Amino acid sequence: MTAGSSNSRLRVNPIACKAHGVCIELLPELIGSDPWGYPVVSGHLVPNRLMDHAKRAVEACPTIALLLEEVPQTPTSGRS
Amino acid sequence: MNQPEAAGREGDTARLYAAQSAGSGQTAESGRLFSGPADLAGHVGAHGPLPGHDGPAILDAVDRSGLTGRGGAAFPTGRKMRAVVDATARVRRSARQQGAVVVANGCEGEPASAKDRTLLTRAPHLVLDGIAAAARAIGANRAHLCLHEDEHALIQVVQLALKERRSAGIDAVDVQIAALPHRYVASEETSLIQFLDGGPAMPRFTPPRPFERGVAGRPTLVDNVETLAHVGLIARHGPAWFRASGMANAPGTALVTVGGAVTHPGVYEISLGITGAELLELAGGAAEPLQAVLTGGYFGAWLPESRFLATRIAPKDLAAAGAAMGAGIFVALPRTSCALAETARVARYMAEQSAGQCGPCINGLPALAGALEALARRGDTRAPDYINSLAPYVAGRGACHHPDGTTRLIASALSVFAADVRTHLGRGPCAGTRRPSILPLPALAAEAHR
Repeated sequence: MTAGSSNSRLRVNPIACKAHGVCIELLPELIGSDPWGYPVVSGHLVPNRLMDHAKRAVEACPTIALLLEEVPQTPTSGRS
Repeated sequence: MNQPEAAGREGDTARLYAAQSAGSGQTAESGRLFSGPADLAGHVGAHGPLPGHDGPAILDAVDRSGLTGRGGAAFPTGRKMRAVVDATARVRRSARQQGAVVVANGCEGEPASAKDRTLLTRAPHLVLDGIAAAARAIGANRAHLCLHEDEHALIQVVQLALKERRSAGIDAVDVQIAALPHRYVASEETSLIQFLDGGPAMPRFTPPRPFERGVAGRPTLVDNVETLAHVGLIARHGPAWFRASGMANAPGTALVTVGGAVTHPGVYEISLGITGAELLELAGGAAEPLQAVLTGGYFGAWLPESRFLATRIAPKDLAAAGAAMGAGIFVALPRTSCALAETARVARYMAEQSAGQCGPCINGLPALAGALEALARRGDTRAPDYINSLAPYVAGRGACHHPDGTTRLIASALSVFAADVRTHLGRGPCAGTRRPSILPLPALAAEAHR
């Protein structure tokens, strides 16, 4: 794990997402936009300094499409 | 398990079914999956009854056989079964008592594929044996066989086979037929689950994956019908017999559909690991000079002819060559066709087949298809850069892999046919753009997709 990172990452439920763009406004450090206004998240761990902002973006999504998911500490391998 | 019988490469590699376009209706005399008649008595006469091994013994045999899924993902079948068993052990007791579920996927969504239909028509009892064996392996008490609702003849064949089995009383778990809409993404595994739970046949957001929470919230094994037919044989003859055909890292036989400019298009059972040259030979050879072969269907990739001829037909070998095994689909493209126009037509079809749920798929696929059409038909100079800049915003951004597969096919066309791209940009559309389509597309595509 990178120093200064949480163990969580952002994920978008693409079925629920309707491109309101609130998360892009609130967290431009971690969320970009595609050509149609849908959010693009990196999949990297969220830095600790941005965790509060990330939680705020998750709560602000009108369609509950933005998720903050914990990543297992030790990478599991060999299992589907 | 029975003694392994000699199953050499030659014996297992056989022509099974001639596609309608060939018109000859020839069928094979050998091969593993099609060696018995379609009725129950004939089937049992040819293969023997399904032995009464317990679940762990079947699971062990499937594991050691090295069988991988024949629906396109080539995931180890034994591991998938174990994942369901493990998930069942993890759920709370009340749910565990309900048991797991088997879903057999017989919805052949790929327009260029005919293998599942052919298998179900010729050997329905082998598929149903596989469902019975898989149910035992994972402790399932519920099983569904998914078919396309518009394939009436096929549904009838399977209904008749189920009737025979019910009167013979041979199955512990009754198999229910589910009739799904004939659309590309309707047969994605989470679409099947959602449909069987009474919802629309559209992909859902994962996780949970079906193995942990599938039909009615129960751990569910979703397998292609051909995969299950192999399970039906492995339960009889054991892993060593299965491995006597194919290669160490790609054991067994597989059904493939060979189409396009070959003398005898159709469905064949091949020993995994034969070369592309041997595959074309099996289909009577090229009907005219070829330029490339589409591998893996409309989720796949192009390979130049020379590269294809030398590549082994097996998932890992094809992937290493930049191609794909997919559901065993191979379409030979003649030199007089325009590969860009062919790919553009497929891209448009795939865009229309989107479930329309995810923004990047709804917007991205039509944009990519439009750009490829502009390149193929008008030599639009902006198209290649536009496609390259857009592709990363489309691939990997849907709930299912529909946008990924189409993006990959388009990228493969631009790279394999880079010389054609330059010709189109410099001199406009080539003569091949006026040739009738080689890659098959369902006529109903445009109206039926929504």
